[in-house]
Amino acid sequence: MEKGMNLTLIVWRQKDAKSAGSFATYAARNVSPDMSFLEMLDVVNEGLALRGEEPIAFDSDCREGICGTCSCVINGVAHGGQKATTACQLHMRKFRDGDTLTIEPWRAKAFPVVKDLVVDRSSFDRIIQAGGFVSVRTGGTPDGNAIPVSKEDSDLAMDAAQCIGCGACVAACKNASAMLFVSAKVSHLGLLPQGKVEQDWRVLNMVKQMDAEGFGACTVTGSCEAVCPKEITLDNIARMNRDYGVATAKGK
Amino acid sequence: MKLDSKIPSGPLGQKWDKHKFDLKLISPANKRKFEVIVVGSGLAGGSAAATLAELGYSVKSFCYQDSPRRAHSIAAQGGINAAKNYQNDGDSVQRLFYDTIKGGDFRAREANVHRLAQVSVSIIDQCVAQGVPFAREYGGLLDNRSFGGAQVSRTFYARGQTGQQLMLGAYQALSRQIGLGTVKMYPRTEMLDLVVVDGHAKGIVVRDMVTGEISSHAADAVVLATGGYGPVFYLSTNAVGCNVTGTFRAFKKGAAFANPCYTQIHPTCIPVSGDHQSKLTLMSESLRNDGRVWVPKRKEDCAKSPGSIAEADRDYILERKYPSFGNLAPRDISSRAAKEVCDEGRGVGPGGLGVYLDFNDAIHRLGAAKIRERYGNLFDMYERITGENAYQQPMRIYPAVHYTMGGLWVDYNLMSNLPGLFVLGEANFSDHGANRLGASALMQGLADGYFILPYTIGHYFASSKQTRPKADDAEFRKVEEEVAARTKRLLSIKGKKTPRAFHRELGKLMWENCGMARSKASLELNLKRIPELREEFWNSVNVAGEAGDLNQTLEHAGRVADFLEFGELLCLDALTREESAGGHFRVEHQEEGECKRDDENFAHVAAWEFQGEGKAPLRHTEPLVYEEVHMSTRSYK
Repeated sequence: MEKGMNLTLIVWRQKDAKSAGSFATYAARNVSPDMSFLEMLDVVNEGLALRGEEPIAFDSDCREGICGTCSCVINGVAHGGQKATTACQLHMRKFRDGDTLTIEPWRAKAFPVVKDLVVDRSSFDRIIQAGGFVSVRTGGTPDGNAIPVSKEDSDLAMDAAQCIGCGACVAACKNASAMLFVSAKVSHLGLLPQGKVEQDWRVLNMVKQMDAEGFGACTVTGSCEAVCPKEITLDNIARMNRDYGVATAKGK
Repeated sequence: MKLDSKIPSGPLGQKWDKHKFDLKLISPANKRKFEVIVVGSGLAGGSAAATLAELGYSVKSFCYQDSPRRAHSIAAQGGINAAKNYQNDGDSVQRLFYDTIKGGDFRAREANVHRLAQVSVSIIDQCVAQGVPFAREYGGLLDNRSFGGAQVSRTFYARGQTGQQLMLGAYQALSRQIGLGTVKMYPRTEMLDLVVVDGHAKGIVVRDMVTGEISSHAADAVVLATGGYGPVFYLSTNAVGCNVTGTFRAFKKGAAFANPCYTQIHPTCIPVSGDHQSKLTLMSESLRNDGRVWVPKRKEDCAKSPGSIAEADRDYILERKYPSFGNLAPRDISSRAAKEVCDEGRGVGPGGLGVYLDFNDAIHRLGAAKIRERYGNLFDMYERITGENAYQQPMRIYPAVHYTMGGLWVDYNLMSNLPGLFVLGEANFSDHGANRLGASALMQGLADGYFILPYTIGHYFASSKQTRPKADDAEFRKVEEEVAARTKRLLSIKGKKTPRAFHRELGKLMWENCGMARSKASLELNLKRIPELREEFWNSVNVAGEAGDLNQTLEHAGRVADFLEFGELLCLDALTREESAGGHFRVEHQEEGECKRDDENFAHVAAWEFQGEGKAPLRHTEPLVYEEVHMSTRSYK
């Protein structure tokens, strides 16, 4: 049997959006390498609760890397640095006995801290509300096979559509830019014939909302792509810039 | 209590069309005067809220997650069934209907299932129009694959993330309505009770999960799309936030809870690694298209490395027991086969709780690249969790709680016995009977939300002629006070055990005694132990933090408190159903290890009515009348 690891956690604690936050240090003892990172935090929280201290608030839900809820920066890297992996899927066997881990929330003006490691990402929802959809009603749609889509376009659209809206791209960017997130949706819909109809309007509206939410400009450093758990690529940003340019040139 | 299923008259294939014509309408100008509350934003809730708003109703949508995009429908991997017959392989509405009824072990309502098969084709059209990137063939048309329990290829899919893509389609439709101002969205808001006025569901009491504020919302109808109750077993493939509170609170306000004992244990999940485990991860059933399930023939071989075990010493359990379906046998049957060999001591991996899912043959036949193309993301996920490479050694899998077929009782209009309370998706009971086939959950969630409720809810408004109360009426105030008092009580106990410790303990009782095999003795043991555990909870739970704050321990405690009551109801239902059917396997009722139904005495829905605190609930029945289908023995041999 492998022996449990002992780790030191330096965790951001912040009571609410209005209060100032600070780091606090906790010991995580006898951590199994088979635990996920968030299960390790669960165990630490159980200990805190029984000692009468308040557990560390952190977001998570599906714990299988698809809902996009979990969101923390581990040792300076959004989701902790394992390729194509969310924090909930990061397992403790990736760490070593005696490691010190610094755990912080996403930090961005457009993602205010709600408490501890929990942030408010409703700005992402508002960007989708501004145009991240195809304007069809329920019913009255043509047969599914009446709209052929080339396999290539369909695959590219699917690559972009895999975005889970976690916000790691924003957290990793020194400008807190949301370009990767926005461009993934613009690409997903713009690559498909169903979405092309509204593409000019869509890209202009979504970018406008992105700016209004206070996200920064793209730095072109690719830090977003590096941390993206779904491996959304910078190609999408290029595609969005082109679509934006075309829509602007058309005077839309 | 009268359980009137309101199934329309006429031939099965014409019931839904006839019913749609008979339903009363609300004029376009009047729709905005009706307010609808939708709780839950998954496939069922999201599609319903978007569609009702498109029709002109005023909609409020609630979810506990930080965004409506995150509901657990998003985690569904495999696909969605539809009777399109694009593959020209003999599929039809009738065949999808029959497969679903048979898959449910003849315990679902015939008319509902037929309607589901009928509307399945419209769902695909709708999703394609929304821009859901379903898999395509090189000619540009939609691709299909076969899926557990079906002999035709009728499953539409988007890589291994079909649920995600359908979910985002519904979320985008919902977002469009939020942007237009026709839906008011309340994320991070948890429904803690239902408000009933003069016998009609008229609103809900919620807690703002950021500020802790408790408030009321009144409406003309309440739609619950709050998902299933899998986490009553603590470990399941559900999200950690999934809970029974919405439907259980409605039960305590008079809504009948139907067939809670029908729980689905999915055969292909990653085995448990230790007590710290917070959830189990599903490996899509689609893997069984190319993976072969086996264990060593001899116990002594179990500890050996799988590659060193000769072909002749392997027992390919599903191929041996079910030659015509082989590794694609339905979920309940495959799960029991795995449990059976592990009980015999032939399980593999730590604790002997696992069977191999081996891709070696498929890799030799098709090449590793093809397997990577088909299942790459699943193999990656398996490696992240277990640290093992499934291209080089077989996966280890074990069954885990996945889906719950039981739920609030609804009639053909998806309305519960409480007028004005509609229940959609996994939260209701109606379409899957005692076992759900793969790729049917997404179909049902979207059928309910896009194509059924939007027709039936108008009929309720037009025929019930109810008035809408105000959210500060006395009944709402009373329920708010009850909710606040309960919260205060949870925080004041300050005992020695955390809510998670209680949840884990309940889960162990449920899994051991009410899981894949249930007996009179094991169920009676649970009916004794669960009330004891519940009493201990209310005397010694420790809920850290405060009420007026984001407090995840408090949220969890409230959900565990409901599970501690609901678990008892589930066991009671399982004890009373003296037969085996689908996911409900009573060891006393079997024939050569297979389910033995008792159609004479149990061809009915069991719906439980709350009788008050500390009193036994009352069991009502709705007979299942099959007009077209003959109830046969379900065989996959």
